[in-house]
Amino acid sequence: MWTWFHRLASPPTFYRLADRYSPWLAVLSLLLIGYGLVGGLWLAPPDYQQGDAFRIIYVHVPAAWLSLSGYVAMAAAAAVAIIWRIKLAECVVVAIAPVGASFTALALITGMLWGKPMWGKYWVWDARLTSELVLLFLYLGVLGLNRAFEDPRAGARACGLLALVGVVNVPIVHYSVEWWNSLHQGSTVSRIGKPAIAASMLWPLLSMTFGCMAFFGWAVLRRVQNDVLLRERRSTWVAALLGERKAAGHV
Amino acid sequence: MFAVFAAALRRELRLAARHKGDWLLPPLFYLIVVTLFALGGKPNDPQLSAFAPAVLWVGVLLSALLNLDRLFRADFDDGTLEQCFLGAQGAMPVVYAKLIGHWLLGGLPLSLIAAPLALQLDVPATVLPTLLAGLLLGTPMLSLIGGFAAALTVGLPRAAVLLPVLVLPLIGPVVIFGAGAARAAAAGLSAAGPLYLLASLLVAGLCLLPLAATVALRNSFD
Repeated sequence: MWTWFHRLASPPTFYRLADRYSPWLAVLSLLLIGYGLVGGLWLAPPDYQQGDAFRIIYVHVPAAWLSLSGYVAMAAAAAVAIIWRIKLAECVVVAIAPVGASFTALALITGMLWGKPMWGKYWVWDARLTSELVLLFLYLGVLGLNRAFEDPRAGARACGLLALVGVVNVPIVHYSVEWWNSLHQGSTVSRIGKPAIAASMLWPLLSMTFGCMAFFGWAVLRRVQNDVLLRERRSTWVAALLGERKAAGHV
Repeated sequence: MFAVFAAALRRELRLAARHKGDWLLPPLFYLIVVTLFALGGKPNDPQLSAFAPAVLWVGVLLSALLNLDRLFRADFDDGTLEQCFLGAQGAMPVVYAKLIGHWLLGGLPLSLIAAPLALQLDVPATVLPTLLAGLLLGTPMLSLIGGFAAALTVGLPRAAVLLPVLVLPLIGPVVIFGAGAARAAAAGLSAAGPLYLLASLLVAGLCLLPLAATVALRNSFD
């Protein structure tokens, strides 16, 4: 188990594995998102209360889920990077930040578009909206901090520390804002047993969620690959790899 | 370990006594911010007291940020900080002394000056003890989070621009509970709940954040 882990954490092995599997993630995400969009935007019936406006959940809910779980994943990678000083985990921290920030922004924008017809306002100071906004600020803080460093390793570790402090803060922010005020509608899917949503609406939503997860994984893998190449550009394995590519006619 | 802490704290206070501008200017800045807020509204607007807790809290946060980027900077540049890491006790007591010193010279005077400013904003005198208690519990948290962020950015050329962006999102809960306590007191309700929550945040922060700041400082030496 540990030898496998160490082998995976070595940049050349990781690079080859990621190169082989990330196209499959891309295909998977395209298929799932394609089915989710068709099923959600055309096949699912309109909601009895919200009409067609409810269809925004097919983008909004996966984006909101990924924004939070992306932050937790970034913090987990940060813990690995700081405790075991694994270079690859540092690359993962830096790679997740922009992708997670994009999903957070997407969740906020789609939420605002939905809020206008439903609540009559683009923005209300509600608990979930506010904590999502703070989450975006936390992501942007990580991005800004990383950009300020010249040495990529020190920058990635500083970002990791910030992500770890931030992940402790996220639940505190969430519950403090909830205590402050809440207007957002309750969760419709997570109730175990009987979800409060019809199956014809639920399947496209789950498909969209897994599709977005695959997309997230694909984007992060590609970013990590780029970062690894850039950091190790003077090493022999990169030179060997590029030589291989040149011989095969890729470059 | 306590001797190291006490010596480091004495040093902080002695340095502050020689550079009076460092801790006299933030309260002045606070005074100006609150005055400008009042000038931005209608003269003698009765609504002003409704916003007073928010104005007083945000003013404190901005003023305490002013001298934050200098917290570790001078000792980092001349190598003192690196020597602290080499000592037998490690840098932890020094980091604690610096953070507590930052609060004694920043958060404490700012909290005290908030009382006359609150009267200026038409806050009823009965709310003052709650407001002050909230500020005294909340401003150390700002020194702790701010000290962590200052430790992260200590070696960077543009730390002063970056610091507020790192600190302010993390301080959200403190503002909610601190200003919330003052609003509850103004509405005649019990403010004990938010004050206890502030105190528990402070205890958690006091245990964890100096450790995070020490790790961040070590990172900037590598």
